[in-house]
Amino acid sequence: MTLTEAESEYIRKEIGREPNTLEYGMLDIMFSEHCSYKSSRPILKLFPTEGDKVIIGPGDDAGIVELTDELALVIGMESHNHPSAVEPYGGAGTGIGGIIRDIISMGAMPVALLDPLRFGYLDDERSRYLFEYVVKGISDYGNRVGIPTVGGEIEFDATFQLNPLVNVVCAGIVRKDSIMRGIAPNVGDIFVLMGGRTGRDGIHGVTFASEELTTSSELEDRPAVQIGDPFTKKNVLDATMEALDKIDVQGLKDLGGGGLTCCVSEMAAKGGNGAIVKLEEVPLREEGMTPYEIMLSESQERMIFVIHPEDEDQLIEIFDKYELPRAVIGTVTGTGRFEVIDNGEIIADIPTGMLSDPPTIERECAIDHLSTDDITGVQLEKIGIKNPIVKEGDLKQTLLNVLSSQNVASKEWVYRQYDQEVQIRTVVKPGDDAAVIRVDDETAFTITSDCNSSHTKLNPYHGGAGAVAEAIRNVVSMGSEPLCIVDCLNFGNPEKPHIFKQFTDCVQGMADVANRYQTPVISGNVSFYNETEGVTINPSPAVGVAGLIKIKDVKTFEFKGEGDKIIIIGETNPELSGSEYQKLILGKVEGQPPLVNIEDEYKNAMAVLNLIREDSENNVTAVHDCSTGGIGVALSEMALSGDLGAEINLSWVPASEELDDFELLFSESHGRFIVTVKEKALEEIMDKLEVPAAVVGTVKGDSLVINGSLKIPLSEIRDTYHGVIEKYMA
Amino acid sequence: MKVAIIRFPGSNCDRDVYHTFKLAGGEADYVWWSKRDLSSFDGIIIPGGFSYGDYLRAGAIAAITPVIEGIKDAVKDEKPVLGICNGAQILAEIGLVPGVFTNNINAKFMCKWTELKVKTTRTPFTNMYSAGDIIKMPIAHGEGRYYNDEIEKLKDQDQIVLSYEGENPSGSMEAIAGVCDENGLVCAVMPHPERSSESILGSDDGLKFFKGMVNY
Repeated sequence: MTLTEAESEYIRKEIGREPNTLEYGMLDIMFSEHCSYKSSRPILKLFPTEGDKVIIGPGDDAGIVELTDELALVIGMESHNHPSAVEPYGGAGTGIGGIIRDIISMGAMPVALLDPLRFGYLDDERSRYLFEYVVKGISDYGNRVGIPTVGGEIEFDATFQLNPLVNVVCAGIVRKDSIMRGIAPNVGDIFVLMGGRTGRDGIHGVTFASEELTTSSELEDRPAVQIGDPFTKKNVLDATMEALDKIDVQGLKDLGGGGLTCCVSEMAAKGGNGAIVKLEEVPLREEGMTPYEIMLSESQERMIFVIHPEDEDQLIEIFDKYELPRAVIGTVTGTGRFEVIDNGEIIADIPTGMLSDPPTIERECAIDHLSTDDITGVQLEKIGIKNPIVKEGDLKQTLLNVLSSQNVASKEWVYRQYDQEVQIRTVVKPGDDAAVIRVDDETAFTITSDCNSSHTKLNPYHGGAGAVAEAIRNVVSMGSEPLCIVDCLNFGNPEKPHIFKQFTDCVQGMADVANRYQTPVISGNVSFYNETEGVTINPSPAVGVAGLIKIKDVKTFEFKGEGDKIIIIGETNPELSGSEYQKLILGKVEGQPPLVNIEDEYKNAMAVLNLIREDSENNVTAVHDCSTGGIGVALSEMALSGDLGAEINLSWVPASEELDDFELLFSESHGRFIVTVKEKALEEIMDKLEVPAAVVGTVKGDSLVINGSLKIPLSEIRDTYHGVIEKYMA
Repeated sequence: MKVAIIRFPGSNCDRDVYHTFKLAGGEADYVWWSKRDLSSFDGIIIPGGFSYGDYLRAGAIAAITPVIEGIKDAVKDEKPVLGICNGAQILAEIGLVPGVFTNNINAKFMCKWTELKVKTTRTPFTNMYSAGDIIKMPIAHGEGRYYNDEIEKLKDQDQIVLSYEGENPSGSMEAIAGVCDENGLVCAVMPHPERSSESILGSDDGLKFFKGMVNY
């Protein structure tokens, strides 16, 4: 039980009596951080959530924005961190399953998945185990359901060793006139439960996710991890699509965290109604389950349809075709109360509004009680340490070292295990800045996810701002304007004032960038309590951004043609703190991380977008943003994927002050893009650019040649960049 | 040419094949696994996916459904039958093509673009290519390693349809990616021609698979 004394008192006062055990269990779930967002809700109000194209903003299972006159994009993001720490294969699979159901609940066909993942370094055996089985869980689940996994990101850091982060973005497409809601709008309609049977798995899954983990969690909490079944999920998907096609469904919602209790109370409350649920009608997986277990079970692959009673036979016929268990389990009432009935006896009776809308908690916010672990860049500056960066080693070896670091090296080992192509929509596959998913013959959407948790640890405001800025740079690099943002905010225990301060600052940074781009945050998820055995994770605001694009405008990042000129847009600052370079050279992360200058960020991105949009003659041949590993990594990636080298002069790189070669190559300053253009159009394009930009070199040969003298053959870069993860996982 | 696209619970390339077959100029209808009589169709495609979740073994449960009898009748009537990925595994499971597709050599699911050599042009699916053509198609499977006790016979009877060129990602015998029956009318391929039938997706090399079938 995680209810606080104040909450229990509030409950007793509101319902005028002591709740029984079942009622307490139901309220405990709905008041949990996971379901209620009671700590985060007041802070999340900082996000812009409205816009011309927003059809449904935060508050539903997923957000919806307009794509074309007929179609809309449905998008949501979810975490499954605690379950994956305890049981990586099942935890990751059900994480995917949950977000897929959220998309289906809006009436949409899911068309893309992305997985931002965070683990301890692979030198550690347990981290390798978690990594291998999380990826396998995603692969086995996503592939079987037939939804392509088109992107994601992976970060390794010691703070994730015992508490890995498994986040998932799912996007779907729906006809605007066929959008469904999780609502029970009409008294007299019936609730039809379909899909997997209800069993004893996942009981207390959400309350377990609202506490810190311990090393004994693996044994004690396994029953709180749900067991997924992608084959049933595929049938649930197909049956749901067929039902939506043939029947006038009034409301649709999946059963996720909080099971039947959460699903029915939210649907009824949203419709301003009440509900009766008859427990004896619920199809069970095992005998002898108590009402408490049935109402709290988080068994997977279940959906509730709200329909008119006269449509029952036709709906049941569809579910029977797919051999899915189904039952009419209750009715929508006008009482405003959630009544649970067991063989004629009312065993729970709570106002639906009380369940679906618990009071928020104002958490204390402070940076006073910092442990040494939590010292951020801001504090370092206060005590007089200014970005203590040592620059040593030769440039070539350093570049190769950065390219072969776990955070930078090729993630092919991961994405080869994902079906990226099913549904034949994937125009640009994993490995580029963002995936491009076609919607119709002319239109596509871009989708990406980003987060730099080291930057965020050093400065939560700029880390949050940077995550949004980088994700937007990624979709801009493909040639698309940002359409919407989703997020998954992974933090430690919000009851600790300095953690809540991290959270608040981070959200403020994200909101400021989102506001500048006028790009709404339409859905998201907050995962607190990511602490195990006294180790708090790096604050990780994983951000997903989708963009809208005409297929003819799509740009990719590989070098295309010898002789193309390489332009860098945006200034480089001496910002090595928090960088991959600093981690490798100093073996630690400290100082003030790269700061986001929101105005410059926006202007540079718009300059790139305009360049692409006005590029009717295809003179812009490649576009890439700069992020982890800086210009050195970005150029290497462009060269490797295009199998073409380049000659670069670092002294031509636009910079805010005089910088040395290490800073120029590895600084992770925001707001920068690398663009290649055909030589004949160079002058015209440079004239057009009204932001800091300079030609730094030429696409040429089969080596990266830096400053005329330093020559690194592509073959050497390729050998360094590839096979790193493979070696650990062999 | 009107084909039946067979749907099992867990099929997931059915819509993709439908889209592509129409693109190639053919007609198609979805057929649920419980249908026994396929006589109204001129050909059959078993699309990819994870029929029955691939539980037990890829294709094992699909192999005992009523629609399989209809497919066998179509083979007797000399209608072209194409199995792609999971469809290929099902055709091998029921013995309409020789050999088996088993776990990849690295024991992992693998999704990547591959180069393939067209080994025979005597099937309706490959007669628009030239023998020796190198074409690009993606694979996406966990059980694609081809094995056959009678590999020499397979070669002698010209039953190898496609083989991987360069890397042999699944570890198949003779780098085999697709085989056919003795008549060349039943064809099982692990790569996905429907995923390489539009240049926007990376290649349109696969479209001739379906055009050939339409023209049969």
